[in-house]
Amino acid sequence: MLDATTSSQSLLEFRDVNTHYGDLHVLKDVNYNIAAGEIVCLLGGNACGKSTTMKTIMGVVRPTTGTVLFDGKPIEKLSTAERVKRGLAPVLEARRLFPRMTVYENLEMGAYTRKKGPEFLEDLEKVYTLFPRVKERRSQLSGTLSGGEQQMVAIGRALMARPRLICMDEPSMGLSPLFVEQTFEIIQTINRQGMTIFMVEQNANMALQIAHRAYVLQTGKVVLSGSAAEMRVNPVIREAYLGELAVA
Amino acid sequence: MTATDLLVQQIINGVSLGAMYALIALGFTLVYGIMELINFSHFNVFMVGSYIALYVLEAFGISGQSTLMSGWPLVGVLVVALLVAMVGCGFLGVVIERLSLRPLRGVKGPSAMITTIGVSYILFNLVLLFLGTDTKNYPNPLPPLTFAIGGAVLRLREILIWVISLALMAGLYVFTRRSKMGKAMRATAQDPDAARMMGVEVDRVIMTAFFLGSALAGAGGMIFGLYYNFTSFVIGYSAGLRAFTAAVLGGIGNVPGAMLGGMIIGLIETLSGQVVAVRWTDVIIFSLLVLVLVFRPAGLLGRVAPNKS
Repeated sequence: MLDATTSSQSLLEFRDVNTHYGDLHVLKDVNYNIAAGEIVCLLGGNACGKSTTMKTIMGVVRPTTGTVLFDGKPIEKLSTAERVKRGLAPVLEARRLFPRMTVYENLEMGAYTRKKGPEFLEDLEKVYTLFPRVKERRSQLSGTLSGGEQQMVAIGRALMARPRLICMDEPSMGLSPLFVEQTFEIIQTINRQGMTIFMVEQNANMALQIAHRAYVLQTGKVVLSGSAAEMRVNPVIREAYLGELAVA
Repeated sequence: MTATDLLVQQIINGVSLGAMYALIALGFTLVYGIMELINFSHFNVFMVGSYIALYVLEAFGISGQSTLMSGWPLVGVLVVALLVAMVGCGFLGVVIERLSLRPLRGVKGPSAMITTIGVSYILFNLVLLFLGTDTKNYPNPLPPLTFAIGGAVLRLREILIWVISLALMAGLYVFTRRSKMGKAMRATAQDPDAARMMGVEVDRVIMTAFFLGSALAGAGGMIFGLYYNFTSFVIGYSAGLRAFTAAVLGGIGNVPGAMLGGMIIGLIETLSGQVVAVRWTDVIIFSLLVLVLVFRPAGLLGRVAPNKS
């Protein structure tokens, strides 16, 4: 899907990004670096700015100061459509399929910014190979699918944009444990095929098992970053995120 | 005419009126489905459409009961009048959206809706000012060809109205099912945030909805003239209100709902005039609306709006 060249240059970079909702200061001097081929996970509690990070990447929220670079070029002033064209695709929180459109039409919407040529069919075939279940259900209304199936369509829909980086907002949310595991396996599979993934996730335990690196966001600030292996053994993380999960 | 013949006759008339209401109702529903906005300027876009078609017909020398033309030339002129009215109204709708509604995008509350009421008055007064208060006679260019169904009469006019309406509704259906922009419209109506994330430019979708809805109202305006043989600056309010009722009755935001609602209102209008009395028509229409909304708040074919987070 993409040549996973190990260039030292970041594919996606936040440089001192600040965002505001009115008077509310959400992201505070945030810096991220995501290299091509990585799975990077963003951890943090509720209302710490995780979803705002996703919205800032996709252009739904504009930073008040700071720069967002994609492939070395600033994108913070571009429209969402332009960002999708350049290779950013979202998997939205709670999947957000178009419920009264068929699975096939949802996949088509994923490729909205592209011409419908042989490349479209090629990508469709890839998605069907990755998710045989999606192929079976292609003419069904997506609102009638189970949560796990919807997640497959949501990921397939993102792949249809032929992106270079997929942003996933809470991919495990609302899924049964079996489907959570399945979803993380899929994420690993597409990453091995070369896809870069930036993922926001509450389920730190699972996320740190597949991620290469992680950032921890607390009330809008990056308080910790490092390799997933380090994070898994970091006592602060264990208590705050992994422990929390064991209690819950 | 026997009672049955009268009934058949009023059903024929009701279907014609219903088709007209359905065409106008579609404009309300397309815009509402995407923006959750009730566009009151639509009333008078419809009225302007009936004037545009009238002037095009007159420009071709067709006025009054003239049977100046027949056969293909007549079909050609009718098609031209229909297209000019539709394209003219389509652009009028786009201009209204661009000038008065786009600056209000993202403003919460009823400001956009109130604005459409204002625009409606502006259109109304412009027509009043430049075209006068007098009722204009609409030409009846069709040859007096009729078909008898029992004692009831099916005129060529009805067939024309049915053909135009069916063709336009089928066209709209195919557009929303098959075309890329049509799919983007459906996606935006179902989940605007997700559609934007797919790269859909929502402003263009809104513009398309205004163009299509207004163009259908333009066709409705021409049908009004052909059906009643007159047009006037006041027609937007009576017919527009009934069409709006049709959209709500069928489930606003729902395309088949608008068509169904239009047909029901058209049939009630002619049948209640026949069976009860004309002065009861509005009472019956609005009582039915209230009843339907009590038991099905989202309208006959409407869905209860999903929780949008």
